[in-house]
Amino acid sequence: MTGLISAQNLTKRYDGKTVVDSLSMSVERGEVLGLLGPNGAGKSTTMKMLTGYLVPDEGSAFISGHDVIGAPIQARHVFGYLPEGAPAYADMAAGDFLSFVAAARGLSGAEKDEAITKAVSAVDIGGVLQQSIDTLSKGFARRVGLAQAILHDPDVLILDEPTDGLDPNQKHEVRQRILGMAEMNAILISTLILEEVDACCSRAIIIDHGRIVADGTPEALRAKSPLHGRVVVRAAVSESETLRPALSSMPQVKSIQERPCPSDQEAVEFILTNAGTGALLPLVNERLQEGNWPIEDLRVAEGRLEDVFRSLTTGDREEEEAA
Amino acid sequence: MSGFGALFRREVASYFTTPLALVFLIVFLVLSSIFTFYVGNFFLRGQADLQPFFTFHPWLYLFLAPALGMRLWAEERRSGTLELLMTLPVTPWAAVAAKFMAAWSIAGLALLLTMPLWITVTYLGDPDHGVIFASYLGSFLMLGSYLAIGSFASALTRNQVLAFVGGASLSFLFTVSGLPLVIGAFESWAPQPLLSLLDTMSLLKHFIAIQRGVFDLRDVIYFAAVILSFLGATHVVITAGKTR
Repeated sequence: MTGLISAQNLTKRYDGKTVVDSLSMSVERGEVLGLLGPNGAGKSTTMKMLTGYLVPDEGSAFISGHDVIGAPIQARHVFGYLPEGAPAYADMAAGDFLSFVAAARGLSGAEKDEAITKAVSAVDIGGVLQQSIDTLSKGFARRVGLAQAILHDPDVLILDEPTDGLDPNQKHEVRQRILGMAEMNAILISTLILEEVDACCSRAIIIDHGRIVADGTPEALRAKSPLHGRVVVRAAVSESETLRPALSSMPQVKSIQERPCPSDQEAVEFILTNAGTGALLPLVNERLQEGNWPIEDLRVAEGRLEDVFRSLTTGDREEEEAA
Repeated sequence: MSGFGALFRREVASYFTTPLALVFLIVFLVLSSIFTFYVGNFFLRGQADLQPFFTFHPWLYLFLAPALGMRLWAEERRSGTLELLMTLPVTPWAAVAAKFMAAWSIAGLALLLTMPLWITVTYLGDPDHGVIFASYLGSFLMLGSYLAIGSFASALTRNQVLAFVGGASLSFLFTVSGLPLVIGAFESWAPQPLLSLLDTMSLLKHFIAIQRGVFDLRDVIYFAAVILSFLGATHVVITAGKTR
């Protein structure tokens, strides 16, 4: 098997319904893999199987080569896990909680103190160690959960929706912490927030109905968007009458679409679809220069992850509802 | 048993971060005194022994032990920390044992705090210390049995109230199963093996035997068997009943 996190054909069924369907994945050191998918797609169930909390009906999972079911204790020594909602013993002080987790992980004495100090400074919770966890703000409670997960300097981090329910500042904070840990580890995070994938992930997997429907870098995923690779030309409304035939007559332009510019009432935008496989932008640029049209903007449209996500994960859901 | 120490310390400490342990200790001491002196007529009997004190223990434990054991697992389930605990490098057995031992230690402390009674009877007369010692040991073992039952009931649910009711009901069954009242109801139709099983199952019967000063190894084995079976059942429930 390859990768610090490796899963083969993980399958989980509940009451005859397949929640995770023969899912295989691998995460290497230095990679931050984002696990994307709508609610109920099987993200949490997948993570619970990767950590050995749930026993898969079929398939197997390995962390640093340790079978999470066959050699659970060895596997648990090398991963850190933040379960969904960052559960913690609410009546304990944050510092006592970390001390407990360190002791349960077999750390003691100076080694334990050092590990706690390091984790505390990594997530910057030095000021709240004396406070009991139920009195902490959500952001701090989440950071305590993160500290707990990184205490033993694990090779593998598995974080289930680490920023869910946080405000934008707290989200940013937590993402910065995750990025800081990315270099030395293999990290798997699940999320519903697409911007998070751009903010921290080097690769993303989109799952739906327990199956992988897309796998690639955020750029590669964006390229799957129907909008991707189109050239957008913005010009004044007065120019549009002459500009339109000039652009549509180009052999490389498959279709042309005109729409009012969202930010400027005096302008229109032409969206050009590429007929071939080569870059369209230089050709359009050439054409515009030839005719000396005064244009306001010329750019390649980037696909949005949101469009990709929606097109990949909603199709058969509607079908299901209709049936 | 990796992690046992850490879990045990956390569990004991958590009994004291809430008033639970303190309330338990006070209620136990007050109730056992009331039973001993008012209901059991400790002074009027004019005998230098602790029989009135021990006689009521099973009935006292019947609801005090489930109260002590109800949060052991139910709270972990409710707050989601079970997932955290079960993904730490700690064996489920260590967790089951640590939680049980923590509860048993608190209960043992309560029992230890009744020692002044022993000193009192020694001062008042000339009690049979062997019988008193055996009774204390029997009482402690019985407590362990009730707590193991409570731990099992707590593992079954995320609701502490249900854990309490379940634990108390199950404990009640184990307490009364050997009473003539129960045996009588079964006698007319149940086969002999079932009757003797019911009879042997009774915590009460074995406690009374020890309390008489007859310290039979079989009684000790019985209590140990009850404790281990219910801890085993707890282990099965928390490892097999993995929820989504």
